[in-house]
Amino acid sequence: MRIRDTLENYVFVLPAVVIFSVFYIIPFVWVVQLGLYEWDGILPTKIFVGLRNFHEIVFQDKIWWQSMWQAGYITLIALTLQNALAFLLAWACDREIRLKNFYRLIFFIPPVLSEVVVGLVWQWILDGHYGLLNHWLSAIGLGGLARNWLADPATALTAVAVVHSWKGFGWGFLIFLAGLQTIPKELYEAARVDGANAWSSFTRVTIPLMIPVAMLVGILTVLGTMQAFVLIIAMTGGGPAYHTQVPVLRILAAMRGSSRFGYACAQGITFGIILMAISFIQYRFSRKARQV
Amino acid sequence: MEPAAACCKRFGFVVFTFLFLSVTILGCSAQKAPAKPTITVWHWMTDREPAFQALSEQYEALSGIKVAFELYAPSDAYSQKVRAAAQGANLPDIFGILGEKRDFASFVKAGHILDLTPFMEENAGAWKNSLFAKSLAVNEFTPGNSYGVAPGIYGVPIDVMTIQMLYNKDLFRQLGLNPEKPPQTFDEFLSVGAKIKEANMQGLVSGWGEMWMIDCLANNYAFNIMGKDKVMATLRGEVPYTDPDWVKVLTLFEQMQKSGVLASGLVTMVNKTAEQLFANNKAVFAFNGSWCVNVYKAMNPNLNYGAMLPPKASDNYPMAIWGGAGSSFMVNARSPRKEEAVKFLRWLTASQQQAYLAEETKNLPANKESLSKIPSLLAQFAKNMDQTTHPNIWGISEFSQVIEAFDKGIQSIIIGEKTPEQVAEEVQKVKERELSRSRGSN
Repeated sequence: MRIRDTLENYVFVLPAVVIFSVFYIIPFVWVVQLGLYEWDGILPTKIFVGLRNFHEIVFQDKIWWQSMWQAGYITLIALTLQNALAFLLAWACDREIRLKNFYRLIFFIPPVLSEVVVGLVWQWILDGHYGLLNHWLSAIGLGGLARNWLADPATALTAVAVVHSWKGFGWGFLIFLAGLQTIPKELYEAARVDGANAWSSFTRVTIPLMIPVAMLVGILTVLGTMQAFVLIIAMTGGGPAYHTQVPVLRILAAMRGSSRFGYACAQGITFGIILMAISFIQYRFSRKARQV
Repeated sequence: MEPAAACCKRFGFVVFTFLFLSVTILGCSAQKAPAKPTITVWHWMTDREPAFQALSEQYEALSGIKVAFELYAPSDAYSQKVRAAAQGANLPDIFGILGEKRDFASFVKAGHILDLTPFMEENAGAWKNSLFAKSLAVNEFTPGNSYGVAPGIYGVPIDVMTIQMLYNKDLFRQLGLNPEKPPQTFDEFLSVGAKIKEANMQGLVSGWGEMWMIDCLANNYAFNIMGKDKVMATLRGEVPYTDPDWVKVLTLFEQMQKSGVLASGLVTMVNKTAEQLFANNKAVFAFNGSWCVNVYKAMNPNLNYGAMLPPKASDNYPMAIWGGAGSSFMVNARSPRKEEAVKFLRWLTASQQQAYLAEETKNLPANKESLSKIPSLLAQFAKNMDQTTHPNIWGISEFSQVIEAFDKGIQSIIIGEKTPEQVAEEVQKVKERELSRSRGSN
């Protein structure tokens, strides 16, 4: 009877296990396997090259590492600018202000827009010839600052990072807002009774209790931003030269441009390992922060 | 026996008898004539879809064979679909391949594409002779080709294209230039740059953010400066990219940038944006393919422009432009309907159908006999067909990584980040790395 019950349980779990295996585990194993081969994606034959693809990525592919640093730069902007903005707006909307539901709606519009549409709209705004930004700069007497923001290597990556932050801050806003709403109001009342002013309540009550939420938002921001590419394709296509290339664009270039599917898979695995390492460090860091 | 059980038994007998009789009667009835096959065609050409559908209806009325054109766009998605279908051995009867000649060769070697040479050479080569030789060459593998493919013709060109320069006649007038005399030499071209800068206009626009068009213009000038043989020797690894002639090619881009003849933001510009700027009289020059006639007509029917060859930078060798087959169709070698597929392609590339396609889509027809029926601007593009070349007819391909380093290097020159010499050295390093990797694989 007990065996029958156990079997029944397995039968119930089986469909999920089959779907997960077919769509996740088997493709993952294949990707790892393909990373050890040189293959053009068309011929039925593959050449086994062992770890040569990984060696090339780590020691020879300078553009790959440039793209990693650039993704890191975009992530840094997102972690600071985007999350600071998200937190401040969430904090403002958590207070008793007029039209707070309207603001909540407005702040969540950018994340639900298509990345391609956002990319193209910002491309027009930042265009060097007819862009709105240059037009406004000229209108307020700062015409000297006007430039082709996306074609200038000095500004292209930062422009992409700022647009990415604008597009993504809504997610952080929602999570921060949910986090703020879980802080018991009694804590603020107790702090006030103890003589704490608004600033002290913020630094002594809100900030400490929001650290776990901030860590979660941080991990999600790192994972989401490091993998960003649609917005970049729409805005710059990875140019000028290699100035806005990010790892996912390099994987696409290896697969579609060079027809090196094995190398692209090896890049994907390397990238995955790096992301896991970053997430692990963040997790350890968040545990320590919670203990403090 | 209980009455209920007897009733069930009787019911079962009736059902069995009914089924038996049904199967017997249907089995003995006259067999229906087998339906005519449906040929499936996969393509990515959004602008040609209505014309293809109309031709499909005509062909069905004529032969009784239905041709199902299935559009998969954009081209990137199409390309992935074809590769995935090749892996699963479920390619349609007819399909096109987007990519380099190396990819085309892999499809042939994997047994996915039918050798059309016997069909082309039937009736003293009537089919072959009706098509532009250059467009066929793109689909051909010659004896001793570097890809190791059995010699033969493996694709049918549907249309041809050339990539040239366009100039805006109205803006030429505004600059005080003769609209009937576009610049012939590179120096004349650079001198227009000074006028463009002075008038605060935009110069040359093109899809150089997508890179392959930069490669196209650079190769035009490589042929002009050093000739085909030296370019081929470079591809074989016998001449380095640090050779003074290659540095000279790269220097042309630096000169263009400094003269003001290039539009600002060109290095991240996609071709669609370039087309919009040129069509709306916002740019003096464009570097674009013959398909642009249709695009410009849709964007601005009153656009007053002309086509010209890129101004030559040297008198040593003739200027070459990219051209040949614009798009081609291949027949699936494993298709049970391959004979019908070949017949359909023969019909599709016949003079009348080609003239219809040219009229509807404003693309240059692949059939030579249809040329008399095309618009005059398109005829200007067709006029330079003899000067065309294309990487797919060279018999050897450059490594994709080298092409990327070369094109990105030109972008770096244009944005003033690197000198031509630096770029030449970097490209050569990538070339050497790829050569040694390729020797290692072999």
